[in-house]
Amino acid sequence: MNYLPHTLRDIDKALKVIGVASLEELFADIPAALRKPEMDLPQGMDEVALMRHLRELAKKNTVSGPNFLGGGAQRHFIPAVTPHLSMQSEFVTAYTPYQAEVAQGILQATFEYQTLMSELTALPISNASMYDGASSVAEAALLAMRATRRNKVVVSQGVHPETREVLATYLQAFETSLVELPLQDLVTPEVAVTGDTACVIVQNPNFLGSLEPMLALAQAAHNAGALFVAVVDPLSLALLHAPGHYGADIAVGDGQTIGNPLNFGGPSFGFMVVTETLLRQLPGRLVGQTTDIDSKRAFVLTLQAREQHIRRSKAKSNICSNHQLTALMAAINLAALGPQGLRELALGSVKAAHHLAESLQAVGLEVLTGPKFFNEFVLRSSLPPRQLRRELAGQGIHAGVPVPADYGLGDTVILSTTELTTAKDIDMLVSAIKQITRDRALEVSHG
Amino acid sequence: MQTPSELKYSRSHEWSQVSADGKLITVGISDFAQDQLGDVVFVELPEPGRKVNAGEAVAVIESVKTASDIYAPVSGEIIEVNEALLDAPEGINDSPYEAGWLFKIRSENPAELAELLDAAAYIKIAEEG
Amino acid sequence: MDDKKFALGSSNHDFPLIFERSQAGRRAAQPPKADEVDLGELLGAENLRQTAARLPEVSELDLVRHFTQLAQRQFSIDGNFYPLGSCTMKYNPKVNEEAAKLFSELHPYQDPATAQGALELLYNLQDYLGEITGMDAVSLQPAAGAHGELTGILIIRAFHQANGEGEQRRVVIVPDGAHGTNPATAAMVGYEVVEVASDKNGEVDLSAFKEALGPHVAAVMLTNPNTVGVFETNILEISRLAHEVGAQLYYDGANLNAVMGYARPGDMGFDVVHLNLHKTFTTPHGGGGPGTGPVGVKAHLRDFLPVPLVKKEAEGFSFDYDLPRSIGRMRSFYGNFGNLVRAYTYIRALGKEGLKQVSAMAVLNANYLRIKMKEIGFNIAFDRINMHEFVAQPPAGLKTLDIAKALLDYGAHPMTVYFPLIVKEAMMVEPTETESLETLDQYADILSEILKRAENDPDYLAQAPYHTPVRRLDEVKAARKPVLRYSFSTD
Repeated sequence: MNYLPHTLRDIDKALKVIGVASLEELFADIPAALRKPEMDLPQGMDEVALMRHLRELAKKNTVSGPNFLGGGAQRHFIPAVTPHLSMQSEFVTAYTPYQAEVAQGILQATFEYQTLMSELTALPISNASMYDGASSVAEAALLAMRATRRNKVVVSQGVHPETREVLATYLQAFETSLVELPLQDLVTPEVAVTGDTACVIVQNPNFLGSLEPMLALAQAAHNAGALFVAVVDPLSLALLHAPGHYGADIAVGDGQTIGNPLNFGGPSFGFMVVTETLLRQLPGRLVGQTTDIDSKRAFVLTLQAREQHIRRSKAKSNICSNHQLTALMAAINLAALGPQGLRELALGSVKAAHHLAESLQAVGLEVLTGPKFFNEFVLRSSLPPRQLRRELAGQGIHAGVPVPADYGLGDTVILSTTELTTAKDIDMLVSAIKQITRDRALEVSHG
Repeated sequence: MQTPSELKYSRSHEWSQVSADGKLITVGISDFAQDQLGDVVFVELPEPGRKVNAGEAVAVIESVKTASDIYAPVSGEIIEVNEALLDAPEGINDSPYEAGWLFKIRSENPAELAELLDAAAYIKIAEEG
Repeated sequence: MDDKKFALGSSNHDFPLIFERSQAGRRAAQPPKADEVDLGELLGAENLRQTAARLPEVSELDLVRHFTQLAQRQFSIDGNFYPLGSCTMKYNPKVNEEAAKLFSELHPYQDPATAQGALELLYNLQDYLGEITGMDAVSLQPAAGAHGELTGILIIRAFHQANGEGEQRRVVIVPDGAHGTNPATAAMVGYEVVEVASDKNGEVDLSAFKEALGPHVAAVMLTNPNTVGVFETNILEISRLAHEVGAQLYYDGANLNAVMGYARPGDMGFDVVHLNLHKTFTTPHGGGGPGTGPVGVKAHLRDFLPVPLVKKEAEGFSFDYDLPRSIGRMRSFYGNFGNLVRAYTYIRALGKEGLKQVSAMAVLNANYLRIKMKEIGFNIAFDRINMHEFVAQPPAGLKTLDIAKALLDYGAHPMTVYFPLIVKEAMMVEPTETESLETLDQYADILSEILKRAENDPDYLAQAPYHTPVRRLDEVKAARKPVLRYSFSTD
């Protein structure tokens, strides 16, 4: 298959206009020693063969069945109208809106996105989105270091392990001390923050599902002159107090839960929302409101002097693109759901989680998180977590994100529910785990 | 384009006004520089009390499409900054030599003043681009 | 009627915001019903939100009209010729979207045994991109080109540190025509950036380059063909010189579309490359992202790649976390997988011959349009056979910005303007391979008409555009008093 319009006659005509005899001549600047005769790649395919091949690949995956997977990505209800509207050609195939006169669609939608994120987080200034939750946390730490001129970053162990890994990757080139706060009873302890700390980073709900004492932790950070960075699931903000309410200076996180498909982990988008005082330190694109020469309201990329294409080596970050399309998808989804719909998603998720936890406890299993939690919690497993996940997969159930060993919790998994979780799903999972646990006990007693 | 003859200038387009005792230096950017930058939208000023070296970048002036560093013409301590510019950066465009002043330095090394340009020499440099 | 909310197509009113269309009690989507419960009991009263976020309340049709009308206020490749230099705005095949949907429900933490198709696709894509670029190992994790750059420079830094040369190598060399992300990335990793000048042919000035080199240099970042669309003919010499002093050579893959199947960065001597899948490999730009920026390296740098890679073993495909010298993770999970599916689909659709033909036609189109623009009076900055793009300048007395704005009235998107910085009034034009000669002829005709109108009516250009959804914007106002979100009238 190919997407080229050129007929042989076109090619001849163009070569004549250019004044060369052959296509090869156009590549004469490439030294002969570099000319690659042929790439070792498959031959092209027609659309039918191509889609057949892709469907065969897709068949080697299983996505059907009850799904209790979380740990930073969850399957949520996305109404049909969301992908329909966000996947319009004009949004999908546009470039970054540098020519504002013909990019009001994306610019205004982004201004609406910024407003929505500001509303959800209760903080005033949202950028136009970032890559993902993890890299947003890393950018937040860099921002805090710039703003405070301090070099110590304190991160709670309750922050997603992959996020902490990304943070460490980003900070490796700086003379920074990255300090992890170990959890106590699955919650971040309220320890003293030292005066050389740029920021304290806490996730709520944390990776193990616990609700953190955000107000107290924010106060502890501020008492030491440090910034407080809240890593949040935006869906949870339908019910839980928002970063602006407990004094966070920066709210960051991943937006997958408010309108992006799972996509095997990406693309989703990261968000960053900050206080007024941090505006000039904010990385990434920003859309602002202004007027055109006819005094009509219009939107434009603004404060670009912070960015790499102007400041080059003095930019706040090297970040160039945002995750416009996936952020737009979330904006449309939030508008589709409205305040009531978003609340219903969150409420359904919470209720299912508590129902599941109670059902598991009722058959003698140990839930480590809680009793207060949002829609994820840690369950003690009778066998190694990956093995549990494999056995459940064998029964058509996707469940059991392994809790990394360095939490010191032994064999444990994270279970997660959403508004899509049905009572039947819960029954299936509970009886499957019960059965697996009983088999394991028999095995142990006979072994 | 105005280039007042009573002021001193740097190659990087800052003007310096030297007090009678030679110790207090008021700094801004030239009319030529503000014209080149276009409408100024934001100014980042140094903290008063900061010690700076001659040639050190101490402030940033942003227009819509560019950001320019402003360099200290002499070494010394920043003793005052023009906070009015934070809310009204257009002062730099409207009145580069008066309302648009940026900061004041207490000079520590009088010899550095001798290295600044006079108006005629600066005009020559500015015209050559 | 409130003027602000009047939006039946009248152009004399502000286009409403979604918040201005909101009426309490309306709704579009209907999730599964969830009865209210005592949330204090489940979540703790101290954790509850007291004031709700003010999301808009609209009907489904309100929502559809709003975002459909917004889309109509937007140029795109599907609707408009979009020859942005350095951005490779080629057609995005629709079959890619169908392919991506087949994989959209996979959860990143599901048992890898239930995701073998996805892992096989990733494994093969690592291979294909390695073959296309001539690199030994590829990470698909970076989320964008600039993210790939950051990954690549961190890898180079880790390599020098492992060799005990971390302290000594403090400098990254970039040409003065480089993309802004190059110096920004190097600075973000703590390197000092040294720019080297271009010569009169638009290539790296070899003598300036030699002067900048030394044992203090960690890396040299190049784009080839470079940002003026010229192939660096001395690339083998540049590579030899850089490696002689122990520096690593970094390839910014922004312009790979020019040379696929003709030459490979790996053979040119590059140690690290990043690719922009949203440029060369047709994943949509999406109005500014998500991009995807895989990084390829030569064998000596493989151990430093981000984790995980995908490996193949007798029992199937799995994630490989066993890289003890890895720089670490660059983002969560495995990268922008949805875009990786699209790029994979594109590569399989075209195959080896098709990809080579892409570069041939991209270069043909760019040279054709260069001649056409020259004929109608534009100056060509480095007038020679160029690769996939070229840099033009308007006739004396005209401003690039004005011509760009005038193009909008004709439904044609401008070229990249005022980049690269080394050419005054630069217009960087990259038509890409998917455009027909008729489209290129039309673009030249439009440009010609604009020049003629400018001659007869000098004021015309300065005021353009006239017929776009909004006209020239007050960017000074936007930046001096930033308004970055909607204010509710009750605020």
